[in-house]
Amino acid sequence: MNLPVIIKFVIDLLAVLLLALGIKGLSKVKSARDANRLAAFAMSLSVVGLLSYYLGTSGIAIQSWIWIIIGSIIGSLFGAILAKKVPMTSMPETVALFNGCGGMSSLLVALGVAIFPISNSVENLDFFKSLINEVSISVSIFVGAITFTGSIVAMAKLQGWLSTPGWTQSKVRHFVNIVFAVASLIAFFDLINGNTSSIWLLVIVSSLLGIGVTLPIGGADMPVVISLLNSYSGIAAAAAGFVVDSQLLIVAGAMVGAAGLILTQVMCKGMNRSLVSVLFGGSLSAQSTASSGSGEYTNITSCSVEECALTLEAANKVIIVPGYGLAVAQAQHTLREVTKKLEQNGIEVVYAIHPVAGRMPGHMNVLLAEADVPYEQLKEMDVVNPDFPATDVVLVLGANDVVNPQAKNDSSSPLYGMPVLDVQEARTVFVIKRGMSAGYSGIKNDLFDLPNTSMVFGDAKKVLNDLIGELKDLGVGEK
Amino acid sequence: MSFISLLWVLLLGSLLGLELIGKVPPTLHTPLMSGANAISGITMLAALTLIVKAEGNIPLLIIGSVSLGFALFNVVGGFFVTDRMLAMFSRKPSNKK
Repeated sequence: MNLPVIIKFVIDLLAVLLLALGIKGLSKVKSARDANRLAAFAMSLSVVGLLSYYLGTSGIAIQSWIWIIIGSIIGSLFGAILAKKVPMTSMPETVALFNGCGGMSSLLVALGVAIFPISNSVENLDFFKSLINEVSISVSIFVGAITFTGSIVAMAKLQGWLSTPGWTQSKVRHFVNIVFAVASLIAFFDLINGNTSSIWLLVIVSSLLGIGVTLPIGGADMPVVISLLNSYSGIAAAAAGFVVDSQLLIVAGAMVGAAGLILTQVMCKGMNRSLVSVLFGGSLSAQSTASSGSGEYTNITSCSVEECALTLEAANKVIIVPGYGLAVAQAQHTLREVTKKLEQNGIEVVYAIHPVAGRMPGHMNVLLAEADVPYEQLKEMDVVNPDFPATDVVLVLGANDVVNPQAKNDSSSPLYGMPVLDVQEARTVFVIKRGMSAGYSGIKNDLFDLPNTSMVFGDAKKVLNDLIGELKDLGVGEK
Repeated sequence: MSFISLLWVLLLGSLLGLELIGKVPPTLHTPLMSGANAISGITMLAALTLIVKAEGNIPLLIIGSVSLGFALFNVVGGFFVTDRMLAMFSRKPSNKK
């Protein structure tokens, strides 16, 4: 071993260690920010390691430098701008977009190597080695393409640019996807047999497969899909690692792939869905409106913002249940103003965070943190559930399925078994909602029918603004 | 590097990933996903390798450069956005006083 090889080896080892520590640190609130920087540092270190290795061995041509610099500047610039500009509410689609580009990168590398075999690596390969090479190229292209098109479709659906076409809810989609899958398998074997031109078939059908699989999935399940695609992009990176013979890539890709799978599992659990039903079950709302007839509401009490303010003023303990509707209305800051007023009046306020509140696990925490809600006031479901009987007022803001008592009481309900917040135990429940439409699941919410529940209809932000006005009139929080 | 040892690397890397995020508070799921996503942009190393080994092959240089751009978009954007999210958490204690 000569010096550059040893140096690269040591740097790679260090980078892997730091990346692992980074992922580990990201799982604790205190260390998360430093861990993220540590991981970023590890990534830069790995680049330095690679470049210094080539400088020390074969050298890097001026021409290569130029193309490296062009690619880096453009990519980093766009990435940084998007990361700074994007609003916190559209975090899921942003992650999807970044993720898709990672997949695209793996795809392009494999494509490049396949079309223009890298010198001194292909000529003197034995049969076994070249077989491995072909297989890893194919896997990298296949997974990379699915990651890319899947992520882009996920992003477009979350942004509302793309709706779920009707035909994708019928059985036809399984047939179509099977055709794509079989076609990519054929292209795969054809490629391994040495027919290089079938690489384009592989690119096209795996791209189509990515679209075909993601398109039927409803908005509610999208976070799970993004998490899964995130895992795929790790696998694509690992496959690219086989293509260019880089251990560091394989380790890092495998780590991300495995971590993504765990996260996907956690999300599924929180929503009481299995991964299989997310991937092949189609949109949940389309299913349940057809099958389990939604039932009529019989005992809806609607009330004005004024009544709501009066009840809040008299309360000792208030629990806020934020949900997707709050995120959509971007009302987290207005909510914070309301709770500030209540706190100034000596009322205890906590936020009950369901594991899948918002559009992604943890998304609601991010949004509330953005609005300066103290971290200590955010309570997880298991912690807050015993507190509901001793609570005077619960404000449900744009949450629906996660507060449906059916999940506990009605074993015939599709929601049965899903962990929910026991808001009905509180003395009074106010549900702020735009109308009587159902949640993601399309299932009637028994909570709305209960005698201690009152509905306040309206956009979350507008209702909260009115609430601030009413509280002001009552002199709340103005000592 | 023999194929078999690369497979070992793959296996151990996967096990490491499974082990690393056993217990994560739900609060951190989105930042963790975003951070892990940034790390998956490690394919930038593959793109760099491609460019360095292209030896003046212009189409290959372009493919490598575009690939590098996509990867860095993922990496830089991913880390920045994660930092933005996490900055909101870490600001809390000082604000409480």
